[in-house]
Amino acid sequence: MSLYKYSFWEVFKNAFTKPVWETLWPAIGDTLYMVAISTLFTLIIGVLLGLILVLTSPEGLNPIGWLNKGLGIVINCLRSLPQMIVIILMLPIARILVGKAYGSNACIIALVASCVPMFARLVESSLLEVTKGKIEAAKAMGAGNLRILLSVMLPEAFPSLIRAFTVAVIAVISMTALAGNFGAGGIGDIAVRFGFNRFQHDVLLATVLVLILIVQVVQGVGDFVSKLFLKKWYLIGEVQRKNKSGLKKWLTSVLKVNTDISE
Amino acid sequence: MEEVFIEIKDLHKTFYSTNQNIEVLKGINLKITKGDIFGIVGFSGAGKSTLVRCLNRLEEPDKGSIRIGQQEMTKLTKRELNIQRQKIGMIFQSFNLFESKTVYQNVAYPLKLSQYEKRQMKERVKEILELVGLSDKIHAYPGQLSGGQKQRVGIARALANNPDVLLSDEATSALDPQTTVSVLDLLKEINQKLGITIILITHELEAIKYICNNMAILEQGEITEQGTVREVFLNPHSHTGKLFIKIHSEFQQKQWVEEGEGI
Repeated sequence: MSLYKYSFWEVFKNAFTKPVWETLWPAIGDTLYMVAISTLFTLIIGVLLGLILVLTSPEGLNPIGWLNKGLGIVINCLRSLPQMIVIILMLPIARILVGKAYGSNACIIALVASCVPMFARLVESSLLEVTKGKIEAAKAMGAGNLRILLSVMLPEAFPSLIRAFTVAVIAVISMTALAGNFGAGGIGDIAVRFGFNRFQHDVLLATVLVLILIVQVVQGVGDFVSKLFLKKWYLIGEVQRKNKSGLKKWLTSVLKVNTDISE
Repeated sequence: MEEVFIEIKDLHKTFYSTNQNIEVLKGINLKITKGDIFGIVGFSGAGKSTLVRCLNRLEEPDKGSIRIGQQEMTKLTKRELNIQRQKIGMIFQSFNLFESKTVYQNVAYPLKLSQYEKRQMKERVKEILELVGLSDKIHAYPGQLSGGQKQRVGIARALANNPDVLLSDEATSALDPQTTVSVLDLLKEINQKLGITIILITHELEAIKYICNNMAILEQGEITEQGTVREVFLNPHSHTGKLFIKIHSEFQQKQWVEEGEGI
């Protein structure tokens, strides 16, 4: 159904019909699969690189100039390229690693390559937010560098890291949609093939709605988890214990309704 | 003559920056006996903090020697230094507690570093929290405590591992007068109970007068005066000393006039 022939309202209504969703469901599955796997890799590699950046920086615990500078330059190079070009650049590498340059798995490599540099920088800035005094306190107690990194800096930066991670996941989602153009499949692919090439704007609308929904959920979960920790650390203990279920508490605060009748 | 426990000889420290080099410590010589409460006063920028931070090598001294007990601090390797640091407690103006950890976990942190057994650790944390009067806050997070309580946790954390020395870097400067007195009382009590040597850096003469036995005045990187608190207070020689005592006594006289000398 095209917007050139039908009114917006009719197209919008059609976006919720069965045939549209029959084409969309498998694509959503593909997208979620790609997002999940790339997010996992982004998380692991990004945190590692972020830790190395912080550890080896001139003011860091163990300054290694060449490593810090070299890594910084590589990250900056990858970040300065538009995401589409990173995907194109990664396709030959994907062919070497996975055996083919199209499909979900090939796409995951491109996604990881383009999201890791951003996430590494976000991790770096989150870790740098940990005040120097806390690190010094740990040092004064005789903690080694690795220990300070893992038992002080990471936990102290945790809420901030969660927020950074949320941003990274959302970036991965939008990248996945973009990667659809390069044979990755998924929602982006559907949007281009049906929405753009065949003027099926109902399908386009449906993909847009799905993307918005996914991003909203991811952001909501990220905010919720990060706030959960901040509340735990800074609110009075008594208040915490009264509301046993965090989800219930969250729902009440969002819906502004008291769901618990017994109280 | 009592046993000299900490001996600092000809300690130099210069900070290098692009525009100018600032010589912060210009040949410090100090002897501190075991079980003493030793105060170091001076105006801002006199080098007090740098001096005390050189003692556990949070700052690396350029020249000179620091002996604590039998150990020559400046000659230790990194690993030896970390072991030695476990026997030097330190408390800070900004408390520097780990906000992601409960009071229990904060106090247990140095114990974990020296590989305490779990059961022993629990007992020790309880014992030390009782000493600082915070047994009821054992599962609270630092964000839920007041400034005075936070500093008590800081003291508990510094003392957990039975250190020989406690370094106090402006530990009471961020607290209100009443809390300051209670924290100083606690330090005094600890000194008497555990026989721990305390080095107190401060710009508050009241604090020095309240708990210290001996004191030194630091003026632009040099020790201009040293002796028992009584000697220095009654007969100051140095510029800083005179100025400090003058401000102090003028304030007290004014108070007497206003309050009518306590009739």
